[in-house]
Amino acid sequence: MTLMEKAWIDIGALDDIPRLGARVVKTPLGCLAVFRAENDEVFALDDRCPHKNGPLSQGIVHGRTVTCPLHNWVISLESGKAQGSDEGQVRTFGIRVDSGRILIDADALFARPD
Amino acid sequence: MKQKLVVIGNGMAPGRALEKLFEIAPDAYDVTIFNAEPRVNYDRIMLSPVLSGEKTFEDIVIHGDGWYVERGITLYKGHKIVEIDRAAKTVRSEPGEVASYDKLIIATGSMPFVLPVPGHDLAGVLTYRDLDDVHAMLLAARTGGRAVVIGGGLLGLEAAAGLKEQGMDVTVLHLMPTLMERQLDVAAGHLLQKAVEARGIKVITKANTKQLVGSDIRLGPSRVMAVELEGGTQIPADLVVMAIGIRPSVALAKEAGIACKRGILVDADMRTSDPDIFALGECVEIDGQVFGLVAPLYEMAGVAASHLAGDAEPRFVPSATATKLKVTGINLFSAGDFADAKDRQEIVLRDAARGVYKRLVLKDDRLIGVVMYGETADGAWFFDLLRKGTDIAPMRDTLIFGPSFAAGGPADPTAAVAALPDEAEICGCNGVCKGKITGAIDAFSLTSLDDVRARTKASASCGSCTGLVEQILKLKLGDRYNPTAVQPMCGCTHLGHDDVRRLIVAQELKSIPALMQALEWKTSCGCARCRPALNYYLLSTWPGEYQDDGQSRFINERVHANIQKDGTYSVVPRMWGGMTSAKELRAIADIVDKFAIPSVKVTGGQRIDLLGVRKEDLPAVWSDLNDAGMVSGAAYAKGLRTVKTCVGTDWCRFGTQDSTGLGIRIERFMWGSWTPAKVKMGVSGCPRNCAEATCKDVGVICVESGYDIHFAGAAGPDVKQTELLGHVDTEDEVIEVIAALVQLYREQGRYLERIYKWAKRVGIDSIRQHVLDDLERRRALHDRFVFSQKFAQIDPWAERAQGKDAHEFRPLADLTRAEAAE
Repeated sequence: MTLMEKAWIDIGALDDIPRLGARVVKTPLGCLAVFRAENDEVFALDDRCPHKNGPLSQGIVHGRTVTCPLHNWVISLESGKAQGSDEGQVRTFGIRVDSGRILIDADALFARPD
Repeated sequence: MKQKLVVIGNGMAPGRALEKLFEIAPDAYDVTIFNAEPRVNYDRIMLSPVLSGEKTFEDIVIHGDGWYVERGITLYKGHKIVEIDRAAKTVRSEPGEVASYDKLIIATGSMPFVLPVPGHDLAGVLTYRDLDDVHAMLLAARTGGRAVVIGGGLLGLEAAAGLKEQGMDVTVLHLMPTLMERQLDVAAGHLLQKAVEARGIKVITKANTKQLVGSDIRLGPSRVMAVELEGGTQIPADLVVMAIGIRPSVALAKEAGIACKRGILVDADMRTSDPDIFALGECVEIDGQVFGLVAPLYEMAGVAASHLAGDAEPRFVPSATATKLKVTGINLFSAGDFADAKDRQEIVLRDAARGVYKRLVLKDDRLIGVVMYGETADGAWFFDLLRKGTDIAPMRDTLIFGPSFAAGGPADPTAAVAALPDEAEICGCNGVCKGKITGAIDAFSLTSLDDVRARTKASASCGSCTGLVEQILKLKLGDRYNPTAVQPMCGCTHLGHDDVRRLIVAQELKSIPALMQALEWKTSCGCARCRPALNYYLLSTWPGEYQDDGQSRFINERVHANIQKDGTYSVVPRMWGGMTSAKELRAIADIVDKFAIPSVKVTGGQRIDLLGVRKEDLPAVWSDLNDAGMVSGAAYAKGLRTVKTCVGTDWCRFGTQDSTGLGIRIERFMWGSWTPAKVKMGVSGCPRNCAEATCKDVGVICVESGYDIHFAGAAGPDVKQTELLGHVDTEDEVIEVIAALVQLYREQGRYLERIYKWAKRVGIDSIRQHVLDDLERRRALHDRFVFSQKFAQIDPWAERAQGKDAHEFRPLADLTRAEAAE
C-alpha cells in the first residue's frame, strides 16, 4: 500500500490513443475511458454515461467533450458533467502525460467509492 | 398537315424561340434541330461558374433530352449542317442527314476571334466559347501551371478567375489601357483591375501580342510555351486562352446566297433575304449592329416565334442593355453610353474605403449612361430611368444616392425595389419585369426564390438579379418570407448542408481540417453532428483521394458492428439476396457456440443477427465468418444494407423474372457504397410483391414485360409507399438506373436524409429526368458510381480480422491483473 502512495501508474503511450479518440483501461472496479483531445490533452473518466451507462469511450470526441454513443448525451471531459439541459456527472481521475507516456493517479484510482 | 420547321443550331436563342413557339402554337410545326455540339441546349452564360467549379454541366442544362421528346422534336446532336439547298428547301448535315423544311431558322451563333499571330494554332492555345473549351481548360488546369488569358473583357476576366480558382497561375493581357473599356470608364476599369489583382491574377494592360512561342519540335509535338509581346517581353504559359471577341458565323448562310454583311442580314421581323428563312442570335446583323448579350437574343427569339406562329405584329427593336460581371465577389454594373462629350454632364460618387464608385452620365436631363462598381443594388432602378428616358431634373440633386433617397424614405433595404415601377426590368436575361414577378407571387401564392424561378424564370439564368428577386419577395410577403431559411448544419457553422457540399467541390476541400479552416468553422474540431456529415461528403466527393477519418464516424461505422444498450455489439453477415446455405448456417452455429453469443435472430432484411458479442471478440468472430465465405452485411452503415428478394422464377408459379438472381446481382454490385443515410432495397418477382419492395428506398417489381423500378418508400417513423420511377426492359438497364439513382442521391442528399425525404425536397420529376430519361446523364452518374465502388468494395471485417485498427478492440491497459499481482 505504501508503494502506491502518491504514485502514478503508467498505462501506455500517448500514441496508443488516436487523436480525438479514446481507449479503455480495465480496473478491478470497472472500466475507465481515457481520452485524447485534439491538442493532445488527456482525460480519464468512468466509462459509464450518467444517463444509461453507455460506454463513453465509444463516443465521438470533439473539443473537450464526448458524445455518448447510445443517446447523444454530451459529457465534459474536464468536469465529467453532462452538458446542455441534461443533468448528471461522471467521475474523473487525475491523469497526465510525461515523455509521451500516460500516467494515471493511482491514489484516486484505488480509492474509488462504490 | 403540320409544316416542317428545321432549326440550325441549338443555343440559347433558338431554344427560347422554340419554347415560345410551343407555348403559342404547339401543333403548328414538326420540328427538327441540328446541333453541331454533341449535347442539349444549355445556358452558355453560366460556363464561367462551371469553369470555376461552382456549378456542374447538369446545373446549367436548359432543356434536357426529355423536353425534346415531350414536344416530338427530332434533335440531331453533333450534326453540323454543311449545306442549305434553298431551291429544294433542304439542309444536309456533315454525317449525311438530309431534312426538308417549309420554314428554316438559322442560329449558327458566332465564332471566337483568334489572333492571327504566329503560333496561334499551337497545342495548348484555346478559345472560350463552349463546353468543350471549358473541359479543355479544366483538363489543362489539372496539372496546374501557368495560364495566359488574352483579352481583359467580360469573358476573358471570367476565364481568368475560373482558371485561378482551379489553381493555375494566371496572367491577363489586355490591349487597351484599362479593363473592360467597352463597358466601364477608366476609373471603374482601374478599380476592377485592382480587385482582379487582389485575387492573385496578374494584369498587363497595353499588351500587344506579337507571337506565341512553341516548344522545340525535336522534343515532340510542339506546345505553347510563352506569349511574346510587342517589345520582346516573354510571358511563360502552359495554356493560352484567347477571349478577344466573337464574330458572327455566316459562312453557311453566305454559301446559300442569303444576304450577309458582318452578320446575316435580317429585318425587324427576323426574316433573312429569303422569306422562308429566319435567322436569330449572335449570327445576325440588324441596322449595322450585331449582338452578344442574352437579353436582345431572347427578344429576337420571341419575335421569330410570333412570326412563325402567324402573328405578323411583333418587331425587334434593339434597346439599351446592361452588363454584369459574373465573378464571385466583384460587383459591377454598366449600361448605356458613358463616353465624355461636351453636351453631357456627369454625377460621380466615390467611397474609397468601401471601394465604391458610381457614375451617372446625363444629357438634356435624361440619364444616358450608368457605371457602378462595388455597390450595384440600385442598378435596376437607374437602368429603368435610362430606358424610359425619364426626366430626372426634379431629383437630380440626390439622384446618385438611389431610389431610397429619392423617395425620401429611410434606408430600408427593400426601398430601392419598392420604388421601382411595375414595368421595370428585374431579370435582363429572361426579360422579366417587376410586375410579372409580383403578379405571379399573388396569383400562385409563391413563397420562395425557387418558386419564383420556376414560375417566371426571373434570376434563373445568370442569377445576378437574385438579390432583387429576393427583395421583391420580402416586399410582398413581409416576415412570411425568410431568405435565410437555410438551416445551418449545426452550431459549428452558419452554412447549410447544400452550401458545404457545393464549397467542398468548388474549393477542392479534401480533408476535414482544411474544410474547417476554409469555411471558418466556429469550433476547433467540429461536433458529433457535423463531423460524420463532413466525413461522408468528403468521402463521396473525392473517391480514392479522401482519407476516411474513423474518429469522425459514429461508433457503429468505426468498428463495423452495431452497439447495443449494454455496450456489446451485434454482428450481421451478408446473405446475398437473402440466400444462405448449409455451410454458412453450420459456420454460424459453430461461431455462436465458440464465442457464447447469447442471441441469434432473423432480421427483417432476410439475414441473421448475432447479438451480444463482446467488443474484444469481434475480430475473431469476423475471421471465422470470413473463413466460411461471409463478409460484413453493413447492418450498421449509412450505406447499402439489404436487398430483399422473393424466389421468383426459380420456384414460384407466379414469378415473371429471376427476382432472386437480380437481387443478388444488385447487392453484389452495390455493396460497400456509402450513402447519406441507410439504403434498403427489395426485388419482387411479380406484382404480388412478396419482397415488400414498394416500401423500400429502392424497389423493383418484375412484370412479364420487364421491370418496374420504384423508389422513395419508407417503413420507419414514416410509412410511405414508393413512387414509380419508370419501366425498363432488361436487367442491365435496372442496374444502370439504380446505380444512377443512388449516385444522384449520394451527390445531392444531405447527411442522414433518407431517399424519400431527398426525393420530396428535390422533386420526383427532376430525379426521373436525371436517372432515367436523360441517357447521357444517366450514364455519367452510373460511371461515377462505378468509379467510387473501386475504393468502397473492400470487406472491412477482413481488414480488421487481419489487424487493422487493432487498438479499437483491445483495452489500453488491464489493471485488474496489476492489483492481483500486488
